[in-house]
Amino acid sequence: MSTVQDVTAAPVIDAVPKKAMSLGPLASLIILALLVVTPLFVKNFIIFQMTMWLIYAIAVLALNILTGASGQFSLGQSAFYALGAYTSAILMEHGDINYALTLPVAGVICFVAGFLFGLPALRLSGVYLALATFALATAMPQLLKLGVFEHWTGGVQGLVVTKPDAPEILATLGLKVSQDMWLYYFTLAVSILIYILSVNLLKSRSGRAMMAIRDNEIAASAMGVDVSLYKTLAFGVSAGITGIAGGLGAIAVQFVAPDGYTIQLAVALFLGMVVGGVGWLPGSLAGAAFIVFVPNIAESVSKGLSGAVFGVILILIIFLLPHGSRQLAYGAQRLIGKFRKN
Amino acid sequence: MELFTNQVLAGIATGAIYACMALAVVMIYQAIDHLNFAQGEMAMFSTFVAWQLMQWGVPYWGAFILTLAFSFVGGIVIERALFKPLAKAPVLTHVAGFIALFAIINSVAGLTWDFTIKQFPSPFGSSPFLGSQLISTHQAGMIGVTLILLLLLFVFFRYTRVGLAMRAAASMPESARLVGINTSWMIALGWGMAAAIGSIAGMLIAPVVFLEPNMMGGVLIYGFAAAVVGGLSSPLGAVVGGFLVGIFENLVGTYIPGVGNELKLPIALALIITVLVVKPNGLFGRAIVKRV
Repeated sequence: MSTVQDVTAAPVIDAVPKKAMSLGPLASLIILALLVVTPLFVKNFIIFQMTMWLIYAIAVLALNILTGASGQFSLGQSAFYALGAYTSAILMEHGDINYALTLPVAGVICFVAGFLFGLPALRLSGVYLALATFALATAMPQLLKLGVFEHWTGGVQGLVVTKPDAPEILATLGLKVSQDMWLYYFTLAVSILIYILSVNLLKSRSGRAMMAIRDNEIAASAMGVDVSLYKTLAFGVSAGITGIAGGLGAIAVQFVAPDGYTIQLAVALFLGMVVGGVGWLPGSLAGAAFIVFVPNIAESVSKGLSGAVFGVILILIIFLLPHGSRQLAYGAQRLIGKFRKN
Repeated sequence: MELFTNQVLAGIATGAIYACMALAVVMIYQAIDHLNFAQGEMAMFSTFVAWQLMQWGVPYWGAFILTLAFSFVGGIVIERALFKPLAKAPVLTHVAGFIALFAIINSVAGLTWDFTIKQFPSPFGSSPFLGSQLISTHQAGMIGVTLILLLLLFVFFRYTRVGLAMRAAASMPESARLVGINTSWMIALGWGMAAAIGSIAGMLIAPVVFLEPNMMGGVLIYGFAAAVVGGLSSPLGAVVGGFLVGIFENLVGTYIPGVGNELKLPIALALIITVLVVKPNGLFGRAIVKRV
């Protein structure tokens, strides 16, 4: 180990200009149209998978705000996901509160938890932060199993959540909407809302402050950015969004149990971010698709070696696209640009 | 008091496992500046190779040496094939690479040797050590091997040309290249050595936790924790950290009421975070001074 290093030598991630963090209007509209129309033509099971895809996309987006924008690293996202899921589940089952109203509560509780966790994490960076968040993720399932909370959490068995019906007003309008389809469109609406808010957050003064910290902490503080505040704020926002994703996940799966939120979930979200492209918000969709669909593909190729197939696919992706799906999008953009010139 | 000494002794015995693993973790961290998440799986695979050789009738020490050689070469091959092409990719991509390696090794080992647990012999036997029921001869042997490894590593890094070259390559790649050190091969060598040390750890741990593809899951977490507590830049720190984590884990389980086996891990990790908040570079790590 060297005792003297240049600060600028190796930032955690490449600097991403804020313009490059979202998609252009045309591309956004095309993707949105596809997301709206596809469920009308597929089976209920696939609609359910698409719902999970969107939910994971929200969680990956949250991690992307933390790592891509503020440059902090977390392997503990599954803990906040679990916290959000349990908040929603407990409010719905013990408090008889409407499912849609539980989501903001989950978000606020996770925001506070994330903000508080961000305070000690301020002193840590790099591997040390990774280990601290990792500890949080491994501790969470054990804490949820604790006997003290069993009345609320259901202990090891977990809680069963009722699946919401589509609102009756749709039926009176003559539209037949299944539970799965309703939940999908509900999730889609939440996702769009969160996406727009996130893009705007990163374009705002706060977003610029986070990116300045990511690129050079000392320079940022010299420019008057309150480094501690924005770092913990990034943790809080990321945790809050993850919590909303967790709440949606609980409603979609209709079940919460401690063993559903292990470190594997945190690792999956991390992989989703890398595959999608760190610091590129639309990449969250591609990354989430990787989390949801690639394990299934690996399973169908070979049952016994599914882990190996998954690993090989992952290695192929990072070899071909070390910057994730963002690289693909840039390539496409350049091609279109050339095409237009001709 | 007797309970206390007994628990400390038992803690030292489990701590030896963590210390061994932490040593391998620090070794690779010195060579490549990353934590290798697949370290535990590589050690597990090597242990299976040793087990297979013994099934084929190779005596223990023969299998031991063959496995060391296999792991050393295997580590170098992994670096050359997988991580050298990624040298310029972002750090997070590397971590994804480690996770991929983890999945592949675990799944291949599971398919080749299946998931039933297997006995692994110990070269030291398992009778009580010096009449104490708490430490067996195997555990005493394990502590001995860990300390010998530590000494060898110290001598290697301080007094041999290759060791010095490796340190130079890790801390100042540019300058090291200018004085004629082949930095790229130094990294490969680091991988090889880390894999070999990992395989020793695996073969020593296997008689205690039994051999199966997921045997390293818990051990690696504690190994990381030990390495981080001790300071990632210091092999001595890793070993001390390993023993500390082992002792602490045992004492917490004994003295704090309501802490069963379930809560041992979270509490041990909470302590580690506390240590880090107070001393962000670990107990023995050198603070990195940054030039602005």
